[in-house]
Amino acid sequence: MTDDLFRLTVAEAGDALAAGDISSVDLTRSVLDRIDAVDARTGAYLLVTADAALAQAEAADDRRAGGDAGPLLGIPLAIKDVLCTDGVATTCASRILEGFVPPFDATVVARLKDAGAVLVGKTNMDEFAMGSSNENSGYHPVRNPWDLSKVPGGSSGGSAAAVAADECLAALGSDTGGSVRQPAALCGCVGLKPTYGRVSRYGLVAFASSLDQVGPLTKSVHDAAVLLAATAGHDPRDATSLPEPVPNFAAELDGNVEGLRVGVAPEYFGEGIDAGVASAVEDAIGALEANGTEIRAITLPHTEYALPVYYVIAPSEASANLARYNGVKYGLSDPQAVDVDEMMATVRAQGFGAEVKRRIMLGTFALSSGYYDAYYLRAQKVRTLIKQDFDTAFESVDVIAAPTSPTTAFDLGGRTADPLAMYRADVLTLPASLAGLPAISVPCGFVDGLPVGLQLIAPPLHEARLLRVADAYERLRPETPALRQAVEA
Amino acid sequence: MTVEAGYRVVIGLETHVQLNTASKMFCRTSAAYASAPPNTLVCPVCLGMPGVLPVINAAAVDFTIMTGLALHSEIPPHAKFDRKNYAYPDLMKWYQISQYDLPLCVGGWLEIAANGETRRIRITRVHLEEDTAKLTHVVGDDGQPASLIDVNRSGVPLMEIVTEPDITNAEEAMAYGLKLRNILRWLGVSTANMQDGALRIDANVSVWPIGAEVGNTKVEVKNMNSFRALGQALDYEIERQIGLLERGERLEQETRGWDESDARTVSQRTKEYAHDYRYFPEPDLPPLEITRERVQRLTKRMPELPDAVRQRLVEELGVASADADELIEDRDLAAYTLDVIERHAGPAAEVVTWVLQDVRRLLNARELKSADIPISAASMAELLALRAKGDLSSTMAGTVLEEMFATRKPLEEIVAARGRQISDSDALAEIAREVMAANPQAVADYHAGKDRAVQFLMGQVMRRTRGQANPGKVTELLRAELSRDRGA
Repeated sequence: MTDDLFRLTVAEAGDALAAGDISSVDLTRSVLDRIDAVDARTGAYLLVTADAALAQAEAADDRRAGGDAGPLLGIPLAIKDVLCTDGVATTCASRILEGFVPPFDATVVARLKDAGAVLVGKTNMDEFAMGSSNENSGYHPVRNPWDLSKVPGGSSGGSAAAVAADECLAALGSDTGGSVRQPAALCGCVGLKPTYGRVSRYGLVAFASSLDQVGPLTKSVHDAAVLLAATAGHDPRDATSLPEPVPNFAAELDGNVEGLRVGVAPEYFGEGIDAGVASAVEDAIGALEANGTEIRAITLPHTEYALPVYYVIAPSEASANLARYNGVKYGLSDPQAVDVDEMMATVRAQGFGAEVKRRIMLGTFALSSGYYDAYYLRAQKVRTLIKQDFDTAFESVDVIAAPTSPTTAFDLGGRTADPLAMYRADVLTLPASLAGLPAISVPCGFVDGLPVGLQLIAPPLHEARLLRVADAYERLRPETPALRQAVEA
Repeated sequence: MTVEAGYRVVIGLETHVQLNTASKMFCRTSAAYASAPPNTLVCPVCLGMPGVLPVINAAAVDFTIMTGLALHSEIPPHAKFDRKNYAYPDLMKWYQISQYDLPLCVGGWLEIAANGETRRIRITRVHLEEDTAKLTHVVGDDGQPASLIDVNRSGVPLMEIVTEPDITNAEEAMAYGLKLRNILRWLGVSTANMQDGALRIDANVSVWPIGAEVGNTKVEVKNMNSFRALGQALDYEIERQIGLLERGERLEQETRGWDESDARTVSQRTKEYAHDYRYFPEPDLPPLEITRERVQRLTKRMPELPDAVRQRLVEELGVASADADELIEDRDLAAYTLDVIERHAGPAAEVVTWVLQDVRRLLNARELKSADIPISAASMAELLALRAKGDLSSTMAGTVLEEMFATRKPLEEIVAARGRQISDSDALAEIAREVMAANPQAVADYHAGKDRAVQFLMGQVMRRTRGQANPGKVTELLRAELSRDRGA
């Protein structure tokens, strides 16, 4: 157990650390070596903080020697570059934040540090978390470890690729309309979006405030449970964070789903869903049924409106959230400008990428006097209808099962010319985001060598149930022939 | 000034009030920025850094509700914050968290007295928002114009009070402003000082010829940093608009700033540049649910307001209305006075006279605030009781008061050291006779018809008694002894 430590899950590494078989320094070195070996091909990281990581690993080993323990003590993790890290550059993959070093940690980052986690670096993403392919990074794209000509999904593409390619044991991402679940599906890892308010957003650079949630990307459902427990819980700095206590999610994973009712809605298997993907997901649902769950047909009639509703609400909020980047206080600036107006205009013109500008304009338009009622207000009303669809469905089922993404990973550059085609990548993850529900993507097989994700959705605050079903499925998932990642070639 | 006949003037006021809470509106940073060096009271939240979130300052909400209660507003059970989007370097997030369609307080009125009549100015709403950073425009080291930003003010709680267009002239506007300022001070929610920007009054002025269609050209006038400036700016603006109409010109909807040095308003922004603020509900803050229990709790916390105190002073306590007016200008002095009145057996007017004259003179001389009167209300009442009993003369009481201010020694100690007034007739007659014997010339002068000689003899008696002799009694006794002397 020396060479391939980077392949371990959080749980496996935790056991080895607890048993004294390995040290956190060994584990961290192994991960850093792995990054050296493969990151040039994946592009998963924007910044690797090797020295700081090794220092944190040493500190973790000291804590353990002093009698400290815990599932994340000494575990190397990656952080999406949308989360503020004290003293470590945070760019959101945008040129406009180049050189910005936050003077504070996001609450989730502080909680991971308190738990003794080792933070290896900041992962790549679509600029300001806007995108579904990671091609909107202001620095460089991320490639899918399973096929380097394919996208990893987005916007947490760097975190997903880093987990899939074993460049960290687990990672944090953020999910606004599917940005954790969709890349997890496309890269073959687990991605969890908690209930809106379950995890603090303090220090998460805002894209769409009413939708954003921090969530883990991991190699197993158990690991997702561990990361959720470490990061969730009320935060007095986030007025939208929920006061509910956080259970020990991992302890409740026993593989028993006997009698649970699983809802299947036709709206998630309709037009535009790849047949191979649909079939893999149906197999997964079949496996759950064979193990004691009851499959029930449900209907979520407003699903088709999720996409237009999302593309009014999210850009509207983004248009305000991204207004502060004007070169006055931090990030990109223009010392040559003749006056402050010119500086602010130049900085925004040069600092933002095309997709970010498109969404700022969409949102600005939707909120404009004379259009507000027709767009923003109407979208909020339809959002309520989408939420009510789920409320009704959860009267008769315990979880809902669906594909995470309509397709497997698509070609790099394949959709960049067609924003609408790109937006459709999130069509199956948007409804749960708009309803604020917890949802998870679990790998459920391959189509043509590319991973497929099973999405499970639960009622608000029922992450425990969600994780239980996902874990049960993971246990009974048929062994697939060992596929070799392209990144290994 | 008198408005020229034939024109209707309508003014609405928007007043911004900085609340004197301990911390800022949405973070824990101190809001007491007035004396702090620039950019020292800042944190990631009020700097608008990426990733930060606002948390509502409950005390600021309480202060706003209390203000609404004082203005007879309705406090709806549901309120919310919204984002007001506009791009300006003093605004850290490029949006201001404010309240759009569901403010904390709705409706209400404030009664003012101006031009010899009493009027109710209707309140439209009171809402809560955050202040911006402060820009200072300077010439830089390179000789080029530059702007300095002080972020200390960013995020200080700011309450906005909006009136209906019920005001018709500058005097009413000033009466409204003064009355509002006093209420804010009585509530203790703001220093309400205009000169340091804790109270900022903007005016919307519309003028149109009587008989013509109701005017809808609003001119917003800003930058008045004293009540005097408010009055001057409104007089100027009304006259300017009437002048334009007289010449047959059209009024333009615009924002004008008061230029103190030129004593005129200057156009700052015309309608073409009017903002579309793109308000939408603040997603970072849950809606505010104002429980009835909270409103009740705040209602109980409300102090008696100046109008009620004035009424009580005049109608129940018999204080002259001019004195009552003076007293309610100063919350702490009024509270002190009421406290003394309650402990004093004699007439309230007597207390008021002492406070408005002696106490206030001593406060001014020592540059003390009314909140820092060094004599407890109980001691003050005791002093007045000694005076009423004749143990102290008015002059002696004044001297004792002065010594209490100067030394902060207890009343008893000072009176014991100085002695009480001597009113005993036998003792005083004895001293009078001694003084007469020692000053035969004065006695002779008196008998020669020089009445002033009594004053001299009186002075001698006071000297012998170190000022403790009851002056009325001494005069009386001296005259009696002098006539007996003549008869002898």
